Amino acid sequence: MSKFNNIKKIIVKKSLKLDCGQTINNFPLAYETYGKLNDKKNNAILIFHALTGDQFASGINPITKKDGWWSYALGPGKAIDTDKYFIIAANVIGGCMGSFGPSDINPDTNKPYGTNFPVLTINDMVNAQYNLLEHFKIEKLFSVIGGSMGGMQVLQFVSNFPDKAFTAIPIACTASHSAQNIALNELGRQSIMADRNWEDGFYEEKNKQPDKGLAVARMAAHITYLSKAGLQEKFGRKLQERDDLKFSFDADFQIESYLRYQGSVFVDRFDANSYLYITRAMDYFDLTKRFDGNLSKAFEKSDTKFFIISFTSDWLYPTSENREIVIALNAIGKNVGFVEISSDKGHDSFLLDVPDFLNTVKNFLNTSYKKIK
Amino acid sequence: MKKEFYSIAKLLEKNSKILDVGCGTGELMKYITENISSDIRGIELSKSNVQKCVEKGLTVIEGDAEKDLKQFPDSSFEFVILSQTLQAFLDPENVLNELLRIGKKAVVSIPNFGHWKVRLHLLLKGTMPITENLPNEWYNTPNLHMCSIKDFENYCKKRDIKINLKNLKIKNFFSELGIFVIEK
Repeated sequence: MSKFNNIKKIIVKKSLKLDCGQTINNFPLAYETYGKLNDKKNNAILIFHALTGDQFASGINPITKKDGWWSYALGPGKAIDTDKYFIIAANVIGGCMGSFGPSDINPDTNKPYGTNFPVLTINDMVNAQYNLLEHFKIEKLFSVIGGSMGGMQVLQFVSNFPDKAFTAIPIACTASHSAQNIALNELGRQSIMADRNWEDGFYEEKNKQPDKGLAVARMAAHITYLSKAGLQEKFGRKLQERDDLKFSFDADFQIESYLRYQGSVFVDRFDANSYLYITRAMDYFDLTKRFDGNLSKAFEKSDTKFFIISFTSDWLYPTSENREIVIALNAIGKNVGFVEISSDKGHDSFLLDVPDFLNTVKNFLNTSYKKIK
Repeated sequence: MKKEFYSIAKLLEKNSKILDVGCGTGELMKYITENISSDIRGIELSKSNVQKCVEKGLTVIEGDAEKDLKQFPDSSFEFVILSQTLQAFLDPENVLNELLRIGKKAVVSIPNFGHWKVRLHLLLKGTMPITENLPNEWYNTPNLHMCSIKDFENYCKKRDIKINLKNLKIKNFFSELGIFVIEK
């Protein structure tokens, strides 16, 4: 835990009843902020990260020394302008960047929780992060924003706290994890669990790491974040530092080498059990479940202005699933805008330099902010 | 702004709930927001137009009027506007039905194929009319279902749709555009 000593965190004293039935309290929630909270406290934006993100959305991540995951979108003068807005980003519970997670020490055993950690939901993650509003004494957020699993948290947040955000931007997400989404996550989990070093989840106390399993999980997932056209354009059948096929199982093709690299760098920054817990939370996500299958009911009490964004080449959370949210909101006369951005960068488009996307976010935020000021 | 938009805006009531179908770059919506009612939404097919609307701070969804109006409940708007796109739909009758279902009233404008210039063009030249409001050639026009003011009036009569305009015979000859308020 020592590597997380110098990062910001709150200890949530209040009990949080999890969907699984367990109650947690006195747990750490790691966060980072960007920009300044103004005197009226009306310029705060809570952003939610995706599966493998963390609280370090912009600038250099002090733990990994890499660029923050949303550096294209978030910063001075950028789409989410840190000169104008106060941005809060937390690490989800279940994560591995300082928030309460499976590698924390279980006080009952003095060993890491491992798979004794409670199974979490998106609802639990959002309820934990809500404590940050109280911490900063923010009555109402200007916006809640997130892509992919971050978008699911946006939807859950507005549903749970219908009067706590003026605007919401769910990006490339869904209101209910599809069979295909669950299948792909299960592939990743099985890959981790098939690694001998996983040790039923208690690898840390045995000083082992299921790196191979986690790397393969990342490789498989990485493919789902890209589009076929994008892959073909970037890699095609190009060979990796060789003139011809080697008739072996080395990485002959650039795409193989690229995926292996993605897998290998991922294991240095991410915990295998966190990967299991967070993908499980995504799979359990079905916002309609509590409302008899009627998504509109999830937003009935909300006065939040929505802007929903999807991408043409995103086959993981396709436009049709994003549009379901638009339809549910229109069916009850809520304020919702929607655009599908043209991009061949697949699901990852929201993390990359896609000018139409970044401009749309910027324009929506800035024109909405004028109205509340 | 186009003259037509001022004429449409005049037909709307203050602070009413409005939907602009095929709102383009949001010019009319912006005028309405600032002068008549801020409770206005738009639906637009073109991605780049939707982005221009977002720039103006307008609430717009990307969508196709032929498919995507069904998500709105009955009578959810006081006015639904359809400016010069009726003739471009594959199934204009379905769109009109949807407008009258989701709006208490619909404001519809059409390029008038009964205008004297159009009649004269076809009579004298014997080719498809090209005018200011109908600038395209027959092979690249988006207009699939041209009609005249009189055709539209006849249609409304046949379908028991109330229509506001009078002196339609004269208008059919002298107006390049027909702008109607219709309701079921």
